[in-house]
Amino acid sequence: MSVIYVVLPLALVIVTAAVIAFIWSARSGQFDDLDTPAVRMLHDDKD
Amino acid sequence: MSTDALRAAPSVGTVAVCLCTHCGLPVPTGLLDEAVSEQFCCSGCRTAFAILNERGLERYYAFTDRREIPVRASGRSFEEFDHPAFAERYVVHQADGLARTELYLEGVHCASCVWLVERMPMVVPGVVRAELDVRRSLAVLEWDDAAVPLSAIARGLDQLGYPPHPFRGVARDAMRRREDRAMLVRIGIAGAIAINIMLAALALYAGQLNGMDPAMTRFFRWISFGLAVPAFVWPGRVFFVGAWASVRTRSLHMDLPIAIALAAGMGQGAINTIVDSGPVYFDGLAVLIFALLVGRFLQQRGQRIATDATELLSSIAPLSSRIIEDGRSRELPTDALLPGMVLDVRTGETFGADGIVVVGRSMVNAALLTGESRPVAVSPGERVFAGTLNVEAPLQVRVEESGESSRIARLLQHVEASARRRAPVVQLANRMAGFFVAVVLVAAVVTFIVKWRTAPARALDDAIALLIVTCPCALALATPLSITVAIGRAARRGMLIKGGDALELLAKPATLVLDKTGTITEGSTALAAWIGPDWVKPFVLALEQGSSHPLADGFRRAWTDLPTGVVTEEHHVTGGGLEGVVDGRLIRVGSPRFVRDGGGALNAELQDGIASMDRTLTPVHISVDGVILAVAGLGDRVRADAQQSLDRLRAAGWRTIMLSGDAADVVDAVGRSLGFAPGEAIGAASPEDKLAYVERLKKAGRVVMVGDGVNDAAAIAAAHVGIGVHGGAEACLSTADIYLTRPGLSSLVELVEGSGRTMRVIRRNIAFSLGYNAIGASLAIAGLLTPLIAAVLMPASSLTVVLGAWHGFTFSRDRT
Repeated sequence: MSVIYVVLPLALVIVTAAVIAFIWSARSGQFDDLDTPAVRMLHDDKD
Repeated sequence: MSTDALRAAPSVGTVAVCLCTHCGLPVPTGLLDEAVSEQFCCSGCRTAFAILNERGLERYYAFTDRREIPVRASGRSFEEFDHPAFAERYVVHQADGLARTELYLEGVHCASCVWLVERMPMVVPGVVRAELDVRRSLAVLEWDDAAVPLSAIARGLDQLGYPPHPFRGVARDAMRRREDRAMLVRIGIAGAIAINIMLAALALYAGQLNGMDPAMTRFFRWISFGLAVPAFVWPGRVFFVGAWASVRTRSLHMDLPIAIALAAGMGQGAINTIVDSGPVYFDGLAVLIFALLVGRFLQQRGQRIATDATELLSSIAPLSSRIIEDGRSRELPTDALLPGMVLDVRTGETFGADGIVVVGRSMVNAALLTGESRPVAVSPGERVFAGTLNVEAPLQVRVEESGESSRIARLLQHVEASARRRAPVVQLANRMAGFFVAVVLVAAVVTFIVKWRTAPARALDDAIALLIVTCPCALALATPLSITVAIGRAARRGMLIKGGDALELLAKPATLVLDKTGTITEGSTALAAWIGPDWVKPFVLALEQGSSHPLADGFRRAWTDLPTGVVTEEHHVTGGGLEGVVDGRLIRVGSPRFVRDGGGALNAELQDGIASMDRTLTPVHISVDGVILAVAGLGDRVRADAQQSLDRLRAAGWRTIMLSGDAADVVDAVGRSLGFAPGEAIGAASPEDKLAYVERLKKAGRVVMVGDGVNDAAAIAAAHVGIGVHGGAEACLSTADIYLTRPGLSSLVELVEGSGRTMRVIRRNIAFSLGYNAIGASLAIAGLLTPLIAAVLMPASSLTVVLGAWHGFTFSRDRT
């Protein structure tokens, strides 16, 4: 059963990494405009 | 290269309609050129097409979802964009040497617009980056200002059909963006922590049922504790800050009881963890923080847009005006105009200031300011106002009032004042939650005192259990969630709702005040009656082809598929009409007096026709070689769905009033035909009158104002709910709480009915969560609240509310 003492902290480390990634993306403005990117990805661009 | 210029179009009669290569609208017969494959409906589209071709951007035409609007380039020089004063206010110089500004673009619609605007670096060399926020029509531009002036970029945008305006709210926008990001970060953290604590709690509950190693139990409790602390000090801090502010200002705020509950639960949970006995409340607390933050975020976003109010209004007056100095004309920023200067206003331009006509005679269209649908003749010595349109002939105007003191600026100040005065949104959820929390606090105190006497050991535990289990989790989510879902669905149906409170206010019948021009009627001059032979029409059309008069527009729109004759001579008589030679025959088109002056009299058939014509129409006579042969009636047509929509609203209990700036006789006639009660179709109301009228009505109850022009803006802002309709001044609509993007009044009916249904869904949701809370509270007071029951009740109540909000029928779900 003692495996939980290793796995649980490990899970928390992964969660922390995800949260840090989220904070970074929010602060760099990736959630500021949620409409235009949806439209922009339709332009398959060669330029 | 696009070839859809000649795509098989529905044919009208025997004449095939040819579609414009650029915008896809029918090309007027007079502009057809058989020799080439590209056809254009106007010179604006031709220019835009040429630019796109030259820059290798033909892929624009591959979009199936292109905007179908002719390119109406304003053709201005945008000289003022290069002015140092402009640069100081709007342009930021970045560290990398590039200049950056934000421009509000007119005419932004869909995917193709994003594509095109973001290709600006290819259209105007020197532009480094262009990004468009399609919902807000806001473009961010970065360019090398040593290589290209901003005015050149502005001209480029203008030629493609996106006339730019400076965006005047940059600083406030940056602040909001920071707020939004901080809020998102808090929600993200609170959510991640809440989910993980829930998982730990699940293990603990399972352990309580099936037995668990005490060391393992202790481990999970400490993990929960460790997770709860960051949720508390980071995302949870906002509640303590709010509560502290509420204590200091001695005003009751929802944050106060929440902070008390959070602190009590956290304190007790910490003690229980350390002494290793009794319940820990961390799971409930973390979910509570998360749910409250989400609810608050949704609500704040909705209200945010509503306060954008007057930003765009100021873009109505032109940015630059031409003044005449020492016999020469030069352009000057409108802000710099001073009384005494002489303005040179050409046909089709907007006045930049209030003033008095010194040279010239013309017609002025003041529909935007006063709602008067018919242009008014002006001659030297008469006043004209900023924001109105010169439609007929060049004028010179001496400036009397400019900038802040002009009539339109004063009107906008009213709008701002009304918007500020409007009471802070007291939402149903907030009122309910405040009351609810007060009840819970009292219940907790009573529980504690009663238990203290009977079973002191359990007193604190039960009181805290009560606080936690009844926390307004679901309650805090019920309203914002239902409203957000309803607003999203309504938006897909062409109703843009800026604030949830508008839905609440529209749910029950009240007084509905409607503007006439552009709201009940179509707002543009259309040919409504024609008495006379058909062969005269091409002659009239040929003459009207080159005129900027609104009546000419009515003819052109009515007869897009007619051929036109060859005009060999044409002149224009101000206040009278047009005279010219078409295919060798002398044609006169204009006011009855002007045409009769050219000789000839009305025959009996025409006289009868005029007598039976709708009195709201403007009569236009037509003579050929001195003989009056035809009479046309032009006017502003009532929208096809107006009667039915008004009837439905009246049947639902709404009191309808028509309030218009148009002439009293016109308003009277329209009012009678649409069944307005006597005295409830009011004409000749100035914008100030409209504001006063709405203020007066407000004393008697809720008032909803529907309008489209700047003349309605103050009244729209003052009313409890302001609604802007399709086709109105784009800028004016920003003051409205709701903007209807589909033409006609039927969406107004849909809006009102949808609001009622939304409120029912919200009430049902609130009832559900109150029910859950009542059960939880009774169990806690009775001392029966086991962690298992709490674990089932809490998520079940939230889930019911979420499902209720999602599945509740508010607005029809199909896209229009």
